[in-house]
Amino acid sequence: MRRGPSVFNRISIGAGLVFLYAPILLLMIYSFNDSRAVNVWAGFSTRWYTALFRDSQLMGALWITLRIGVVSASIATVLGVMAAVALARGGLFRGRTLFSGMVYAPLVMPEVITGLSLLLLFVAVGLDRGFWTVVMAHATFTLCYVAVVVQARLSTFDTALEEAAQDLGCPPWRAFFAVTLPNIIPAVAAGWVLALILSLDDLVIASFTSGPGSTTLPMRIYSAVRLGVSPEINAVSTLLIGAVAVGIAVYGSVSRRRTAPARA
Amino acid sequence: MTTKAARPNIGAIRSSFAPWNDPGTKPLVRFDGVTKRFGDQIAVDNVSLDIYEREFFALLGPSGCGKTTLMRMLAGFETPDAGRIMLGGVDLADTPPHKRPVNMMFQSYALFPHLSVAGNIAFGLKMEGLKKVAITDRVNEMLKLVKLEAYAARMPHQLSGGQRQRVALARAIARKPRVLLLDEPLAALDKKLREETQFELTDLQMELGITFLTVTHDQDEAMVLADRIGVMDQGRIVQIGPPTEVYEAPNSRGVAEFLGDINIFEGIVETFNSPVASLKSADGHFKVVDEDCPAGGATVWLAVRPEKMRISPKAPPKGTANVLAGEIWDIGYLGDWTTYIVEIGPNRLIRVAQANASRIVEHPLSWDDKVWVSFDADAGVVLTR
Amino acid sequence: MAAIAPYLWLGMLFAFPFLLVFKLSLSDVALSMPPYAPKFDPGNIGRFVRALDLDTYGRLVSDPIYIKAWLSSLKIAAISTALLVLIGYPIAYGMARCSSGSRQLLVLAVTLPFFTSFLIRVYAWVAILKPAGILNAGLHALGLPPVAVMNTDAAVYIGMVYAYLPFMALPLYAVLEKQDESLIEAAADLGATPFRAFWTVTFPMSLPGVAAGALLCFIPIVGEFVIPDLLGGSSTLMIGKTIWTEFFNNRDWPAAAAAATALLITLVVPLMLYQRQQARVLR
Repeated sequence: MRRGPSVFNRISIGAGLVFLYAPILLLMIYSFNDSRAVNVWAGFSTRWYTALFRDSQLMGALWITLRIGVVSASIATVLGVMAAVALARGGLFRGRTLFSGMVYAPLVMPEVITGLSLLLLFVAVGLDRGFWTVVMAHATFTLCYVAVVVQARLSTFDTALEEAAQDLGCPPWRAFFAVTLPNIIPAVAAGWVLALILSLDDLVIASFTSGPGSTTLPMRIYSAVRLGVSPEINAVSTLLIGAVAVGIAVYGSVSRRRTAPARA
Repeated sequence: MTTKAARPNIGAIRSSFAPWNDPGTKPLVRFDGVTKRFGDQIAVDNVSLDIYEREFFALLGPSGCGKTTLMRMLAGFETPDAGRIMLGGVDLADTPPHKRPVNMMFQSYALFPHLSVAGNIAFGLKMEGLKKVAITDRVNEMLKLVKLEAYAARMPHQLSGGQRQRVALARAIARKPRVLLLDEPLAALDKKLREETQFELTDLQMELGITFLTVTHDQDEAMVLADRIGVMDQGRIVQIGPPTEVYEAPNSRGVAEFLGDINIFEGIVETFNSPVASLKSADGHFKVVDEDCPAGGATVWLAVRPEKMRISPKAPPKGTANVLAGEIWDIGYLGDWTTYIVEIGPNRLIRVAQANASRIVEHPLSWDDKVWVSFDADAGVVLTR
Repeated sequence: MAAIAPYLWLGMLFAFPFLLVFKLSLSDVALSMPPYAPKFDPGNIGRFVRALDLDTYGRLVSDPIYIKAWLSSLKIAAISTALLVLIGYPIAYGMARCSSGSRQLLVLAVTLPFFTSFLIRVYAWVAILKPAGILNAGLHALGLPPVAVMNTDAAVYIGMVYAYLPFMALPLYAVLEKQDESLIEAAADLGATPFRAFWTVTFPMSLPGVAAGALLCFIPIVGEFVIPDLLGGSSTLMIGKTIWTEFFNNRDWPAAAAAATALLITLVVPLMLYQRQQARVLR
């Protein structure tokens, strides 16, 4: 596949990228629109941003969302790495098919189903809905993403390295921490970031599993969007997109620095 | 020219080293009826094998013959389905890999990419719980041994293939294992480096006095390195012996054909007056000297190596034994040797190898030339299976 | 060993709750109306079983709106997936033919939207498509009549394609990128025009990628909620929206559970195909 792109290929890629990015860019541009109306450009202004920071409800939701994200992503990373190790190294243990099914299915499972079923679980065991139920719900579906990312890395990881560690006197569990983990840590970090982003982004599952006092930012945005387009939402969106972009750029440059000598 | 390195007089030691002939010597490693299955496939089939202290033993066989599995069972990465593996008289069955006093040099070298050269060599020593000073000393000693003193701080990806191989070796011997396992130790090196390293390895083994067990599919490598070779095929060991023995006196057609080229003539023993036998085959009568030839009437196979045959455009004098007339069907010029494929009958091809002792030959043999191939009575070996 | 904790976690929080959904779908409305919370009581299985009935499913079947929503979900998912293949394939194919440096950049460019909020991306289209939105402002500036896309199925399709394009393009790209260029050269060497070489070599070999992308899109789209809710109109029926409405607006939990069960049963076959494919990737 290295024949170089034809004109048709270039047009496809170009049109695809415009399609993917134009709506986001328009949204960002209109967040600086002085007018409340979306279809009128009334000059550059940052007043919607200043309004945002004065909106204590929104800021509260942001804070809750971040806390849920960090906690759930951390739980998901621990469990996801364990699941990945089990899938990549466990061989054929009992119930493996069910296990891999449970790891892969949440990736495509419609969120309404996951959300509803989790809610019913929390109700059934008499757990009050709030911060921790959302954390558990998010850890559940994001752990699968972590597992997939880490398992992909493990599958290209030379098992001889783990054997070599054992051969040199290292017990298996210690070999994982001494040899495997240091070498797959970029994938683990990527998994954590992915889990965090998915948690920050989730509307449907959070709507089912949150209770009073744990309204997340996407839930706030959603209820605002239902009322119509507003420049405040544009501004929030722009900030969120900016935060993710900065996060990815930082992550990218850090991981590039880590891998750069490997290509030298 | 190969440069000569200072070393102990290993010739004298090696030529007299044969503990396997002494019934009083206890083996260091003993495989006792070891069997390993993967699913319904038998990888190792009831193998019994003794390896002695200070021996350099090579398991030789085609890929998939079970040699690597056998070695991995000694390292502890596979568990035998039947049989026992003993080290120094102790059954290893309940010892996990990290507690076995053996170390392995992996085929891929398996150097830890996140650790430096020194860090890799120190890894096993740290696991032993040695003091920092002791570790540093031992690491430096190892670096010196493999001539990598200047590379201690390098990362594995900054090394050449040959250097990596030496780090892997240093890492494996740093813990002074009772047996060093080498999985295709030279397979990843190019041809020139491979030849050099072969000799370095044998010298190192003499110097350290450690027992080496190597696994290889390369017969040259096995021949150069090993005191004894165990030839494996389909999970079984088919012959064990010093290189000269397995090459010159193979015990079956399978071994004979696996090690180098060989011409095989099926025939019947006419008479046998030890050690001289007379054989009758479709290609003519042969006179052979072989003490182990069966009595008259038995079906046997006479195996003759190509380099032990002579080829000539002139007919030898009448009455000469072991002469085959034919036509040259193909010629393979290898520089140092030339291989002739000679058709000695309809669809009967044999292989004759001649050293190219002179640069210029006045009348070189050519395609379709009429030639006579002959060999001495002691050039061939009589096989019964 | 490492499997135990995630196994238990997923078993408790992912697999087991489906049983609760199923159970609730067999209960009566009044019984399970919030704030009543049916506690899980293993000692009372007899009474529990007797209380189960198929009334909720009867209601679902007798009310044509549920059947319509279910059929319409399948239709929208199928058409969206087809559109995604048509739009995603040329992009993935073009990417695979770029040089290695620009390929890396393009993969990043296609992945990035996935990291930006789904909700925000859908919302961006609301701003564009709504009657007094950016699209119509643009058309007006060009002197063209306005179009009414918002709150129609067309808007839903745009949203679906937009939101799921990375899920289609990346698996396709992964397959196309791995394809050996010498195969195309061999086809050309054997007399195939580039066009024929594509249809006889490249395309058939990329079908596993098409299947992967299609499953990755089809399954979640069938149960999609946000897109039909924000971009679709009242006539856009989708089962994910039905579940949401029954649950949050009508507070009819058994109906929501029954609709979720119906959705899950619909997805059993696609999920199994997806599972098989993942298992193959794993090997």
